[in-house]
Formats: sequence, structure tokens, C-alpha cells
Amino acid sequence: MSISSVIDLPTFEALKESMGADFINELAQAYFDETPLLLAKLQQALARQDCDLFRQAAHSIKSTSNSFGALEFGTLAKELEMMGRAANLEGAPGKVGQLVADYSIVQKRLEELCHG
Amino acid sequence: MANGSIGRLLVVDDNKVNRLLLGRSLEQQGHTVEMAENGRLALEMLHARPFDLVLLDIEMPEMNGYQVLEKATTDLQLRDIPIIITSALEELDSVVRCIEMGAEDYLTKPVNPVLLKARIGASLEKKRLRDQQRELIRKFATSEVATDMETSGFALGGKFVEATAMFSDIRSFTTIAESQTPTETIELLNTYYTLMFEAISDQGGVVNQMVGDGLMAIFGAPLTQPDHCEHAVKAALDMIDMIQLLNADRLAQGKSEIRIGIGIASGQVIAGYTGTNRRATYTCVGDTVNLAARLESHTKVVGKPILIDGTTQSALGSTIKTEAEGLVQLKGKTVEVPVFSVPVDQKG
Repeated sequence: MSISSVIDLPTFEALKESMGADFINELAQAYFDETPLLLAKLQQALARQDCDLFRQAAHSIKSTSNSFGALEFGTLAKELEMMGRAANLEGAPGKVGQLVADYSIVQKRLEELCHG
Repeated sequence: MANGSIGRLLVVDDNKVNRLLLGRSLEQQGHTVEMAENGRLALEMLHARPFDLVLLDIEMPEMNGYQVLEKATTDLQLRDIPIIITSALEELDSVVRCIEMGAEDYLTKPVNPVLLKARIGASLEKKRLRDQQRELIRKFATSEVATDMETSGFALGGKFVEATAMFSDIRSFTTIAESQTPTETIELLNTYYTLMFEAISDQGGVVNQMVGDGLMAIFGAPLTQPDHCEHAVKAALDMIDMIQLLNADRLAQGKSEIRIGIGIASGQVIAGYTGTNRRATYTCVGDTVNLAARLESHTKVVGKPILIDGTTQSALGSTIKTEAEGLVQLKGKTVEVPVFSVPVDQKG
């Protein structure tokens, strides 16, 4: 995942426009607070093979990430959500690892955009 | 707000980003917003304070959207608060389930602000109308009737029901009004209405029209009442009793007595809500209602305060005495109808 394309700019700008520049920081902070917890929940669910919890966590990550324009990241989360929904976590470990790694890139880029 | 599209909203979502996003959009549209992070908290807040609308996420820990819906739609206190489901597009099957459970509408996340505004506006408008109807019913019906109607829901369409219609007005009211001050007249009307409402409500009737010194009441609708004929006649006798008490009071104050005439008829009526979305009322129309109005007018001709039709008379038990007044040609009727009077001094 390349840092420049990690956030879809039109989506992000539209969000900033409709919510206001001040509010976007508060919103991003909430995202930074919540996403690590959700990633931890996802890993925990995977370890326990709890498909329901897995699906919920992936769902939450997907919906908020898409709001900020982290579309590629959101798509990956959606794939995981679908695995949970299908109750088949066979290919999940690799993708969860990738999601966790990608998050740091998303976070970095989002911080740049908010304060840039 | 005149258009009723601004409200006090509750956003329920376990995801803080989603809560903030929705909350911000709604505040920008002028609404007052509170937020809950799970279903249990949401229900607590709904019980603690009045809300006009709820935006509800489905997937939540502690208590999910389905559980909230189930509780809210079966709770008398909460069942009239519209609930809009906020969900992701792939949850369409869940949305269908929520709508079937009683959700008002749904929005997909991320929420489009224009769509949000339109959906919220429409839901608030519908709620405002329902609140108004409930308020109206509360004013015009006994609390039992009002509660029962809320439980069974407001059927907006008309239907045929078996009921008893009653008309009552004050004899020579214009003359009375001319002999006293306007304040005294309004005071008299208020006292009169208070007494009449009490008599009618005590017998399970609903006053659904008041015009000047006259009123119309219905027994047996909107709530089914098996012995509505008898209840209506008992209410009429109570009304006469109350007028006698009022007259004793008026005589003591050196004022003139008032007299009322009551007409009662039973049979099929068309009942339902009429009006516009700004003003609606529960009403009954049909031949039975017309007959009751004619009988009320006819009390002036025969000089007896309570006149009832044959259907009402035949439904009365032996406890209430009636006297046949013969067949009468009433205005607007093609055939003569049997009319009965009810003597007023028959109660112990």
C-alpha cells in the first residue's frame, strides 16, 4: 500500500467540507482511538475462532475507514467481514496481519492530511 | 419550528466515529442530539427523557439493534418514537428484518447528508402528526379510551361500526347569552362542558364535537362497547341530573335556569379520523348520527329532554323506563320513525 494513495482525497475532502475543518480532527482522533482496539478485537476473535465477533470488528473497521476515504484499507476489512459472515476464517490470518500493518500507513497519512 | 422538522434525536452506535459523524450532521441540520454507545444505554436514556427520533445501529455489544427494537416497539412509553436503522449496504437482510419488527426507515452508512435530512424530516413530521392525534384523543376521550387506542394504534381509515350517537344542546341559549355578560356566558359554557364531559366519560363515551352550546358524543366507538345503547341513555340521565345541580346553584345566585335537550340514536355509523395533516379529529357520520341530531331538535317540539330512537329503546334492559311518543315524521326522513322519551326522574 503506497502512502500517497492510501486515502482517497475526494472522499476525505468531501468529509472535511461537510463536517468542518475543526471537527475533522476530533473525528480522526476518535478513529485513532478506536481502530487499534478494533484490530485487537479482530485478532482476539481470530484466535478464538469467534466468527461473529470477527465479523463485527471487521465491519466496524470497514465502515469508519471508508468514511475517511481509506478505501483500500476498507476493502480489505470488508473481505474479512465476509469471511466472518461465511463463518470461514481459513484465509484470515494473513489478511489480518496485513490489515494491522496497513493501519499504521493509514494513520500516518490521515494525520498528515488533518494537520497539513 | 413551524414545520415540525427539528427534533431531539438519539444516535445509537457502538462506533465512536459513526456516532460523531451522524451527530455532527444532525446538529448541522438544527437538531438536538444525544448519543449512546450500546442498546442498553439507549433504552435507559429513552426512558429518562423524551426523544423525537432514534437512529439505531444494528451491530452493537451488550444489546444489539434487534433487541432495542423489540423492547422499544412493545413498550407503551416508547412505541411511538420512530426508529431509523443505520446500516451498511450489505446488511440488507438485517434491514428487512428491522422494518418488519417496526423500524420506521433505514439509512445506509456512510450516511448521505441530503438523504439523512429528507428521511429525518419525513419521520419527524409523521411523529408530529401522531402526537397531535394522541393529544386530541386525550382531550376528547376518557383516559381508558385514549390508552386503549394508543395500544391498538390509530386506524386512519374509516370503518363501519355499531355505535350510539348523542347530540345535546342548551335550550334558548341565545336568550340566556343576551341576558348576561360575555364572561358569564363563557363561564357557563365551561361549566356546562365540564359537567357533560364527566357524565359522558363516566359511561365510556367520547365527545367528538363541540359547537357553541351543542355537543356530539359517541358510545361504542372508537372502543367497542357491547351495551353502548344503555350507557348512552344512562349518560343522558346523568347529564340531566348534573344540569339540575347546576340550576340549583344558578338559582341561588339569582340567575336563570338552563335546560338541555338530548337526542340519541343507535345503529351503524361510519367512524374514522377526518381532517388534514394539520388538524384531524375522530368522528362518526351516517344516518344514525343524523337521526340523533333530528331527535335532539325534536325535544323542543315534545317538550321532553331526552328522546331516543327505536333501536336504542329495544336494546335497553328493564332497568330504564321509556315512554312511547309514537311515530314521528322527522325532518330529512322519508318515513316516520318510532320515538321514545326517557323520563328523567327514574333514578333512586
